[in-house]
Amino acid sequence: MNPFEYTRASSRHEAATMAAGGATFIAGGTNLLDLMKLEVMTPERLVDINRLDMDDIETTADGGLRIGAMVRNSDLAANDMVRSTYPVLSRALLAGASGQLRNKASTGGNLLQRTRCYYFYDTAMPCNKREPGSGCQAIGGATRLHAIFGASDHCIATHPSDMAVALQALDAQVEVESATGDVRTVELESFYRLPGNTPHIETELKPGDLITAVIVPPAKGRRQTYRKVRDRASYAFALVSVAGVIDMSDGRIAHASLAFGGVAHKPWRNTEIEQMLVGETPSPNVFVRVADALLRDAEAQGDNAFKIKLLHRTLCAVLTELTEG
Amino acid sequence: MKTTLTVNGQLRHLDADPRTTLLDALRNHLNLTGSKKGCDHGQCGACTVIVNGRRINSCLSLACMHDSDEVVTIEGLGTPEHLSALQQAFVSHDGFQCGFCTPGQICSATAMLDEVEAGWPSHVSADVTAKQDLTVEEISERMSGNLCRCSAYPNIVDAIMDVAGSAKR
Ligand SMILES: Cc1cc2nc3c(=O)[nH]c(=O)nc-3n(C[C@H](O)[C@H](O)[C@H](O)COP(=O)(O)OP(=O)(O)OC[C@H]3O[C@@H](n4cnc5c(N)ncnc54)[C@H](O)[C@@H]3O)c2cc1C
Ligand code: SF4
Ligand code: FES
Ligand code: FES
Repeated sequence: MNPFEYTRASSRHEAATMAAGGATFIAGGTNLLDLMKLEVMTPERLVDINRLDMDDIETTADGGLRIGAMVRNSDLAANDMVRSTYPVLSRALLAGASGQLRNKASTGGNLLQRTRCYYFYDTAMPCNKREPGSGCQAIGGATRLHAIFGASDHCIATHPSDMAVALQALDAQVEVESATGDVRTVELESFYRLPGNTPHIETELKPGDLITAVIVPPAKGRRQTYRKVRDRASYAFALVSVAGVIDMSDGRIAHASLAFGGVAHKPWRNTEIEQMLVGETPSPNVFVRVADALLRDAEAQGDNAFKIKLLHRTLCAVLTELTEG
Repeated sequence: MKTTLTVNGQLRHLDADPRTTLLDALRNHLNLTGSKKGCDHGQCGACTVIVNGRRINSCLSLACMHDSDEVVTIEGLGTPEHLSALQQAFVSHDGFQCGFCTPGQICSATAMLDEVEAGWPSHVSADVTAKQDLTVEEISERMSGNLCRCSAYPNIVDAIMDVAGSAKR
């Protein structure tokens, strides 16, 4: 690990000011330290935000939730309000990492965890995300973990978070405080960027921007689930995942929000297929038609061609489960 | 970087490079070599210790981030003369072969049982809103962050099952 200076921030403003001057925030450290040991990330200054007062889960005036950026993944998953009103979020968190890691991993850090692309992790390899302009070794290489939606000629990596996929299906917003003290909220949908020709720029955050909270509006459906398909039953990243939020009325689908993990540079959403579902009486034919429409834009990258069929089936299974009974 | 930790009930002072992980601080600076370094990347659980009552991977945390925290390692759970309930259960059930993963398994299981008692659900819980009984499936899922290269898993699960539900850990 490269040497660095360590400071424990005593206020959000101090933290944001230091970050605007080039320092890197450290929260749980479970992703950052992993990457620092491999010298994939080499910050010269770390600013510790663990003891800032950002670990509350509060209900908002409209009946939603405001989740502090330092709320640990395990506390969020076990929160009574989350378990009863946003089970898709509990399920996604519980499907990620391990008990030990969830005890450290924070809400803000989880959103900003980096890709698990093998070449990004290997400093001997070219990688446009790690070293802009160096090339992309994944294209034409090993692509089991890589994207089938929204990839570019510069990067085909996926975002690895499970939590973010559930938050995307719940229409969450990210609350950000800048070094000047301005607070703004950004829709998760526009928070993450597609790789384009700047895969090293992953979000709308500017230097010094501190995530202070995630805001979740009231759930639009009570029927929720998160299904994750992976190479082993636990403690592995998603090959594909589906977060679903459905509401039914008189035997018809009244609302559908769907987000997909393991398939793109950000949690993938396709509102067109959600609209196709509204008003329909659930049936295998409807689900197949919707899954066909989702995967019409999918593009395989060699090894990962299996994801197209896998996502199709996983989506149909989730829709079946959520519309039953 | 000066850091003060309470380790197994004792106040310990440390003056180490900020790069020092909690695991390296315990093993190399405080001479507590029970916690093991398997992967050093959060992937195996051999380094699991309990900080402020919660199990974490000590390899993915900096010692300096834990100033004034309370750390419990395998050495703090019991002694060879007075084993903790889980330590005894691992012996009784042959919950290990080479023993490398065992300190991490036992620290992890100790704190995991507290999580179950607090009503935390898991990935395999059919109903995330309900309190769970500790089945074999639940134990396997909740302990998935602790790998055992010798694959002593069935006996590890038996040892934990033995202690689950009793007041002692
Ligand atoms: C073995 C292993 C398995 C895993 N499996 C899964 C899995 O299956 N699913 C999954 O979703 N995740 C998985 N993870 C990843 C894990 O969820 C992340 O490492 C964790 O969520 C990161 O949170 P953190 O608080 O530790 O972030 P840190 O490592 O502290 O930070 C990550 C990044 O976010 C930045 N940051 C942190 N907080 C803020 C803030 N408030 N504002 C602005 N920037 C901030 C940091 O500067 C850093 O760049 C796994 C990790 C490991 C090691
Ligand atoms: S896919 Fe992206 S992260 Fe992976 S090597 Fe290519 S540029 Fe790097
Ligand atoms: S040594 Fe910490 S998880 Fe493997
Ligand atoms: S007993 Fe050998 S690794 Fe578990």
